[in-house]
Amino acid sequence: MTEHGAAPDLMLELQGVQGGYGPSRVLHGLDLTVAKGEVAVILGANGAGKTTTLRAICSMIRTEGTIRLDGEDISGWRTQAVARAGVAHVPQGRGTFIDLTVEENLRLGAISRKGDLGPDLDRWYGVFPRLAERKDQAAGSMSGGEQQMLAIARALMARPRLLLLDEPSLGLAPLVTRELFERLGQINREEGLTMLVVEQNASLALQIGHRGYVLETGRIVTSGSAEQLAADADVRKAYLGF
Amino acid sequence: MSLFFSQVFNGVGNGVVYASVALALVLIFRTTGLLNFAQGEMALFSTYFTWKLTAQGLPIAAAIGVSMVVSFVAGALIERVLIRPVEAARNPLNVVIVTLGMFLAFNSLAQLVFGTNPQQMPSLFPAGKLGSLNIQKSTVGLGVVLVIECVLLWLLLQKTRIGLALRAVSSNPESSRLVGINTGNMLMLGWGLAAALGAVAGSLVAAKGTGFDASLMQQVLLYSFAGAALGGFDSPLGAVVGGLVVGIAEALTVQYVHALQGITIIVPLVLILVVLLVRPNGLFGRKIVERV
Repeated sequence: MTEHGAAPDLMLELQGVQGGYGPSRVLHGLDLTVAKGEVAVILGANGAGKTTTLRAICSMIRTEGTIRLDGEDISGWRTQAVARAGVAHVPQGRGTFIDLTVEENLRLGAISRKGDLGPDLDRWYGVFPRLAERKDQAAGSMSGGEQQMLAIARALMARPRLLLLDEPSLGLAPLVTRELFERLGQINREEGLTMLVVEQNASLALQIGHRGYVLETGRIVTSGSAEQLAADADVRKAYLGF
Repeated sequence: MSLFFSQVFNGVGNGVVYASVALALVLIFRTTGLLNFAQGEMALFSTYFTWKLTAQGLPIAAAIGVSMVVSFVAGALIERVLIRPVEAARNPLNVVIVTLGMFLAFNSLAQLVFGTNPQQMPSLFPAGKLGSLNIQKSTVGLGVVLVIECVLLWLLLQKTRIGLALRAVSSNPESSRLVGINTGNMLMLGWGLAAALGAVAGSLVAAKGTGFDASLMQQVLLYSFAGAALGGFDSPLGAVVGGLVVGIAEALTVQYVHALQGITIIVPLVLILVVLLVRPNGLFGRKIVERV
């Protein structure tokens, strides 16, 4: 672990990050790293600060401390600048543009970059065929699972360096969740896309994850490889339910 | 019967003006969720500006063009300087108060700068009626201008990247920032476009009567609000249809309902009331469903 400066193999590095909403502080000095090509998973109870961590990375809240993306200090940047720097964030509740069509949603994912979107559209339509069937339909008319696929495909259209996923399984049927995580694991393996995932379904998330963090009241209390966390007695009891 | 039709066409002549101002109202409502009560007075200022240019010898078409560009810039600046700092407080009522304040300020400012005497705006369209038909050429001209405005707006919103970004901001500002859209620039663009539309509407309506003064847009704004409410505040198509319906209703009331002679202003007010009672989202408006 690096204590000072940026390590070349780190995509994301948070050092002593504090932040919250108005006067109430949620994050109390958070240290966290995600290596390039890695899937990192954040586990934690409700209110531990998981969503706030992702919001801090995208400058959606005021923060103190250092946030580095691929060595560059991005703390204090505006949200749209962080997005343009290659961070794609799929927020909780998906954040789809519900009154726009599926294809318009996908085009919006890539709105910050120039060039022909055709090949990327074909590609993600191939991975998520349901979206191709519904490309001219309003996004809000689709089921929750389809909208989650759309939100992820939209994020991938940006060709991001780092993908942030906030509770992708929220409100989805178990089978749909399983399919979603299979796709995510596949994308990580094939593209080497770095991901930071906040997920209630700890066992599923740790299956595709390389590294895990356990967050409690705005601090990292446990970290380690996904295998280590999955074997940890406390983690098993608190988050895996056995 | 021919009297009836000539009244309908009179109504269409007014209706296209209401429709263009309603379109400007809808544009701002769609991008910012605000009702801009100062829309009419912003247009009044633009109208005086157009008139001043023609008084300097510029042809009317060129004057309207210059006025549109200047109004676009002014509209964008108003969003940046007057609206956005107030919006940061996240209380929609504050912004409403600011637009009401702008309503009074722009009206007084126009009188201060351009005087209180009625002025004559040259018409963009030839005088007289079209062939043997009982339709004013200016009515046809206004209709053509409205159609051009609608087509250009449609192309901008539906066929360009910047239009897609504009619609994204009105649909979900937070997600728009997350895909890298500069939402502030889009809001400035929306206000600029609305101001430019207002400049066209004001300059054309000012040429219709015998001289205009600072009260030019007040009645127009009321009728346009009625049109936008009728069509649905989030629907450009609704704004156009609503504006035309209000214009026709006004003309027919003047002709046929003698009891309302002199108080036709009641027509838009009753229309707003009825629409709010029967269809709160307007004829073409979407029902907002809050998702939890």
